[in-house]
Amino acid sequence: MNLSEFFHSSFVNRHSSINGMDKPASLYQSSVGQKVLVALTGLFLCTFLVVHLSGNLLLFKQDGGRAFDGYSEFMSTNLGIRFMEFVLAAGFLGHILLGIRVWMYNRRCRPESYVMSRPSQNSSLAARVMFVTGSVVFVFLVVHLKTFFVPSRFAGNIKPSMYRLVSTAFADPVYAGFYLVSLALMGYHLRHGFQSAFQTLGLRPHRRTLIDYVAMIFWLFIPAGFAAMPVYFLWAAHWARAR
Amino acid sequence: MRITLKIWRQKDRNSEGRLVAYELSNVSPDMSFLEMLDMLNLGLARKGEDTVAFDHDCREGICGSCGLYINGRAHGPLGGVATCQLHMRSFRDGDTIVVEPWRARPFPVIKDLVVDRSTFDRIITAGGFISVRTGGAPDANTIPVPKPVAEEAFEAAACIGCGACVAACKNASAMLFVAAKVSQLALLPQGHAERKERVLKMVAQMDSEGFGYCSNTYACEAECPKQISVSYIARLNREYLRAKL
Ligand code: HEM
Ligand code: SF4
Ligand code: FES
Repeated sequence: MNLSEFFHSSFVNRHSSINGMDKPASLYQSSVGQKVLVALTGLFLCTFLVVHLSGNLLLFKQDGGRAFDGYSEFMSTNLGIRFMEFVLAAGFLGHILLGIRVWMYNRRCRPESYVMSRPSQNSSLAARVMFVTGSVVFVFLVVHLKTFFVPSRFAGNIKPSMYRLVSTAFADPVYAGFYLVSLALMGYHLRHGFQSAFQTLGLRPHRRTLIDYVAMIFWLFIPAGFAAMPVYFLWAAHWARAR
Repeated sequence: MRITLKIWRQKDRNSEGRLVAYELSNVSPDMSFLEMLDMLNLGLARKGEDTVAFDHDCREGICGSCGLYINGRAHGPLGGVATCQLHMRSFRDGDTIVVEPWRARPFPVIKDLVVDRSTFDRIITAGGFISVRTGGAPDANTIPVPKPVAEEAFEAAACIGCGACVAACKNASAMLFVAAKVSQLALLPQGHAERKERVLKMVAQMDSEGFGYCSNTYACEAECPKQISVSYIARLNREYLRAKL
């Protein structure tokens, strides 16, 4: 299957009989199966957010960045972490490619649009703009990797330190502002995405469940935790200048 | 009441359609929406013009034939009613009302406001039934079914197959319809034997008809005249995964 075939799955009858339909491998070909894969990769990325945030909280330790630098040294040298990096990259790639594929397929399912449509009357905006919020998160991801990951992994020793790299990057109001907007949109992606993943996996038995409260951790507290970092360094830089 | 209608007119499957404006006066607030269209058609027929084609049958919200996209909403502005149960008192004097057919690749327009929903029939044919004799009502009553289960099955069975869920969904997904049909049978003892095969076949048929994938916007539940809950979609996903894995 080439790339164009991947994004243009056809409408022709893919299963004409039950034969093979009950094979787990064929999951990928069905609507439900594809959504399940988007959901699983999405939730996997959510677990990554937890790990990433908890480590980065070391930035707030008042020790001139020693703890954080030790942690980032560990993250870039530990073999287990290096292995997980590939798993994570695959998770992102899978989520993004499947997300785009599902979105493209869905767009073709209503070739003639309504003259008058009032989607705000029946559904939330967050649910309808998943592709837009996801795409912003993608741009953010590229910029983020370029600023922090590439130098730490490929540019040899970071001078003077990872902590310095982070604090100077966030001292730039434009860069910090871009972060805040992106994180808000990531939160918005998860505002719908987190509970949606459970619905897709069949784990949301009622309209209001515990999941909707756990979801708050992911769409509100985690993005807010990440957002605290640029705010903190922006403020610190401002304060240093003022002195 | 004075009403301006903008109605989608389309000669047949292959023609281009467009909105055509009609002025109506003397509309009674007690008329149903379909009676108002009857009045329009009567006037058009008297003038020798082509009447507006629209689907309807029971006119009491149980057959699922009617279905119009009214002012940007499936079955109009009210929740929990089919188009035939909508009355002109839900509009104001002088209103302009835009009336369009369901729009979805699997629901091609046949004429004006009438769409071809045989894709739904084919989904049912693929597995929405029980193939063995289950006897009459007395036989059914000998099989005990816990009350909550019976209620859940019954609520799913309330689906009238109107297609509003597809019409309202940004992806034209038929998940709510299929979820209701799969659940109503999967929940009851008579439906257990073919449970696995049924869900696989119905989902496969749904996919091959070109309905979109569910993004869980829950627009379907909001527009469904029978207020079928999206928890049936979670159940469908569960049924499907259980059959697959
Ligand atoms: C931190 C990164 C991200 C996380 C944690 C995340 C998480 C999620 C979750 C949990 C879902 C719900 C799955 C479901 O509805 O069953 C989802 C859906 C989606 N994601 Fe992401 N996502 C991320 C990044 C991205 C990116 C970079 C894209 C790129 C375009 C993207 C595109 C989508 C799309 C299009 C959907 C909706 C699929 C649909 O229901 O139609 N996401 N995401
Ligand atoms: S689920 Fe509701 S909206 Fe969809 S076909 Fe059935 S009754 Fe109509
Ligand atoms: S005409 Fe039967 S449901 Fe409306």
